This record gives sequence, structure tokens and C-alpha cells, in this order.
Amino acid sequence: MELNNIEELLEKYFDATTTVAEEETLRTYFSQESVATHLEQYRSMFTYFSTAKEERFTKKLPLKPRYNYNKWISVAAVAVIAFGLYFGNTYHEQKLAEQKEAEYAYNETKKALDLLAQNFSKGTQKVAYLNEFEATKQKIYNHK
Amino acid sequence: MKQSEFTNLVMPFKDKLFRLAKRLLVSTEEAEDATQEVLLKLWSKNNKMDNYNNVEAFAMTMTKNFCLDRLKSKQASNLKLVHSNYGDDNNSLQKKIEAKDSVNWVEKIMDELPEQQKMVLQLRDVEQYTFEEIEKLLDMKPTAIRVALSRARKTVREKLTQKHNYGIK
Repeated sequence: MELNNIEELLEKYFDATTTVAEEETLRTYFSQESVATHLEQYRSMFTYFSTAKEERFTKKLPLKPRYNYNKWISVAAVAVIAFGLYFGNTYHEQKLAEQKEAEYAYNETKKALDLLAQNFSKGTQKVAYLNEFEATKQKIYNHK
Repeated sequence: MKQSEFTNLVMPFKDKLFRLAKRLLVSTEEAEDATQEVLLKLWSKNNKMDNYNNVEAFAMTMTKNFCLDRLKSKQASNLKLVHSNYGDDNNSLQKKIEAKDSVNWVEKIMDELPEQQKMVLQLRDVEQYTFEEIEKLLDMKPTAIRVALSRARKTVREKLTQKHNYGIK
């Protein structure tokens, strides 16, 4: 590459009138081993641009397949509520029926026990006659 | 669009997004986060992707806007970007030697440029975009791009010569 040409290009370069291709020429010129001494000062500039392009993005991207969770959350919520209402209601009814049954059983038992108690008191009345017998027996003993 | 298709589509230019983000945000971590954010945003729009005729340009513009927003919010909240990937050159001999490497100087000089010049220089000299592409990406007039580019290149040259002559003149 002719030195004149490079100098010309450099001048254009600093006026920002070079094309991409011309800048490429400059970059390749300055990437050479030997560069004209008076142009050495520009070398680091062009070397830097080339090295800067080497930098890579290495971080991993956490890409997840996108689902619209929000939509499904509302569906799930409605399902849970409906489920709860349905089973909650039957549970409540069951509870009521149980309560009724228990009350009925209580009343029946009470009746049965009352009956028993009545019969017992009848028995006691009859036993009261025995006292009479005892009294008579005492009278006879005292008489002796 | 499936995940693998998306990855293949994004693959050729994801590094460009990252380099632009890093140019603007300086910190590697911040730039990685920004790139990730932009790509995820792009992924969330993926069913509308067919409407964009140039996904790369669209993604570049997204990155640019995202980074500028980020810088603005950092400045507003008076927070500085924390980054550890540039050194204090008085730190050690090792660092001094590294700083002598004028290639690194170019990076530091570029960090000091105004944002617009940074972007133009990055897009043109590192990524070799054409002027038409830069016009669309940055939403600038062609003359404004040329002016910014010329200024940026001249500033880099000037500062480099200054550094080269430091201690000599």
C-alpha cells in the first residue's frame, strides 16, 4: 500500500468522509508488522478498534417458554371455589342430618330411661309393703 | 417463534449489543445486565417480531435507549456506576506497565467522550455500520453524524499524542 494513499485516507478519516471500505484499508494497513514511523502514533487507535470487536457477550440468557400463567391462575381459582362450595354445602347438610339423628337418639333414650324409672318407682311402692311386715313383726316380738 | 429460532436470530448481533452497552456503561457487569435485559425484552415481544424488518437495528436502538435511561437514572439518583474493570494506574508497577499499553489508552480516552460521540465512534469504527444505519439507529442527521465522528476521532488522536509525548515535551 502506498504511503501517500494512506496519508490521504487518514486525512479523510479524521474529517469523517471515508467510506467503510476505505476504513477497512486503514485497519489492515495498521495491523501490519511495520508501519511508517510518523504514522506509528495512529496504530494503537486502529488496533484498539479491532480488539474491541473481539469482546463477547458470555452471560446465559434465561429464556423460558412463555405461558400465560395469569389466565390459568384465574381458571384454577374458580375451580377451587366451585369445588369448595359444592363439597362445603354437602358437608354442611351432612352435619345437619347428623345433628337431627343425634337429637332423635337422645330423645328415644330419654324415653326409654323414663320408662325404666317409672317401673322402678312402681317397684319401690311394692317394697313399701315389706316395711309394714317389719313393723308387724316388731310388734309381735315386743308383745312377748 | 421457538426458543432455538430466537437464539439463532439473536446470535449474530448479541455481541454488538453488549459492546455498545459496555461503551456507554463502561462496567462489564452493567453492560451484561443491560444486554440481558434488552434480549429478554425482545424475547417477550417475539410474536410481533415479524413486523420489524430489521431486528438487529431495532435491538441496537433498544440497547442505546436502555443504556441512556440507565445512565440518566444513575445520575439523577447521584449514584456512580460501580465497575471494577478499569484500574488506578498508580496502583502497582504491573498497572503502570499496563497503562503504558497505548491500546488501553484508547479505551480510556473513549470513556471520556460525550455519549453521542462514543456511540458514533463505536458503531462506525468498531462495528463498521454505514452512515445510513447509524442515522436510523441514533436518529441523527447525516451531517451531525459526520461532525460527531470527526470530533470523536480527532479527540482520540489529540489525547493519544498528548499521552505519547507526556514527559518528552
